[in-house]
Amino acid sequence: MTAVLQRVGGVTLSMIQEMGRMLIFLLSTFGWLTRPPFRFFQMVKQLHFIGFKSTFVIVLTAAFTGMVLGLQGYYTLRRYGSEAALGSAVALSIIRELGPVLAALMVTARAGSAMTAEIGIMRITEQIDALDTMAVNPLQYLVAPKIVASVIGVPLLVALFDVIGIYGGYIVGVDLLNVNAGAYWSSIEAAVEWKDVYGGIWKSISFGLIISWICCYKGYYTTMSAEGLGTATTEAVVLSSIMILVWDYFLTSVLL
Amino acid sequence: MIKLVNVQKSFGKQQVLRGVTLEIPKGKLTTIIGRSGEGKSVLLKHMIGLLQPDRGEVWVDGMEISRLRGKALNDVRKQFAMLFQGAALFDSLTVFDNVAFPLREKLRLPEKEVRERVDDKLEQVGLAGMGHKFPAELSGGMKKRAGLARALVMEPEIILFDEPTTGLDPLMSNTIHRLILDMHRMFGFTAVMVSHEIPEIFSISDWVAMLEEGRIAAMAPSADFQRIADPTVREFITVGGTVSLKDVKH
Repeated sequence: MTAVLQRVGGVTLSMIQEMGRMLIFLLSTFGWLTRPPFRFFQMVKQLHFIGFKSTFVIVLTAAFTGMVLGLQGYYTLRRYGSEAALGSAVALSIIRELGPVLAALMVTARAGSAMTAEIGIMRITEQIDALDTMAVNPLQYLVAPKIVASVIGVPLLVALFDVIGIYGGYIVGVDLLNVNAGAYWSSIEAAVEWKDVYGGIWKSISFGLIISWICCYKGYYTTMSAEGLGTATTEAVVLSSIMILVWDYFLTSVLL
Repeated sequence: MIKLVNVQKSFGKQQVLRGVTLEIPKGKLTTIIGRSGEGKSVLLKHMIGLLQPDRGEVWVDGMEISRLRGKALNDVRKQFAMLFQGAALFDSLTVFDNVAFPLREKLRLPEKEVRERVDDKLEQVGLAGMGHKFPAELSGGMKKRAGLARALVMEPEIILFDEPTTGLDPLMSNTIHRLILDMHRMFGFTAVMVSHEIPEIFSISDWVAMLEEGRIAAMAPSADFQRIADPTVREFITVGGTVSLKDVKH
């Protein structure tokens, strides 16, 4: 019994310690963000990597998400004779929930894992120590640009996801299943409110922060082996994905 | 210049340094030898503040640095440079940009001057015309040379060498040792080197110290060190010497 209690206590303490370290990591990075030199070029480079290079996967995911919503929505609404409301069903689902969440999950898989691997390899090959010895703070040089780029890039990708997703629903609903095009657009116009849009923006900003924070942290504190780096990358992707879903629930309950 | 007083360091339950007291003479090339896993690299990282001791003090130019953080530590680090085991070149930058990195970051010199200084250093280490290559395109020896050029470019007062010849063939090891010695004579910096290369290190070092069981077992000028009668030291330098001779015969 004592052994079980000891183990539970040990796990709890190490979890609290890890959470504390993560918070200090984030606060220190914010601290370095406000100090010159401001790494504008680094930030643009990261924005290109996280944002621009994710566009293809986002477009693909958004198109098929919109199309499947169009398909499912049409056959469900037809039972009640409400096919004309297809546009609003697709748009609200995408703008409020699916756009921010799916885009964030795709960015985690594509760019978040790469962030962990990149920083982790730099840790293992002592490149981070080399930055330190040259009196260049690694949080300022490596982590801060990634966090800023992610906070800017994810909302832009979500906006793209929303537009493509709604068009995906349009292609299936209007072009393939003969829903009236005017009804599709007018139902969107009638149903979507500004608070739905900015709710999605707030979500995507916070998801951008969660992805870059967790993925950079896991790479920065990876253990010094190839196996350790593999574990860190897996943990980063899994933890980011879970945090996105959990945070989405809390944010939705506040924004609704 | 650099003084360590009773430095102790543990990682988890494993105590690596058990009370290292060591003084590095200014302007000299001091080599620290010892078995693998003894904590030589850990000791080196304490000198530049990459690791903090659990107990003890690290003094650099009369300043205790083991509890310094942020800008104060960075100010101390400005007089240092370090050549890492794997050279630690930035993968995403070319050799030229790697060597130029500290100049651009710290001195913010005009680009023309950066180019002159980097080209000059690359030529000194035998990498003239290689500036456009990425680290992945370089051999082990070339990476070490590029790392050395990056360490030298800021003209630091102290350079730390962490096993600069690890993974190199004997000829290349000899070349790197000669290069370090030549640069040391040319610029007069204080050098601390961690190495296993016995007996080669005796011909290039001014002082040699041996780390054994987390403490400094012996330290003496290079010529005197080879005559130390302590059995642990004798065993280490004799076995090391034999292995090295075998390598040469093959």
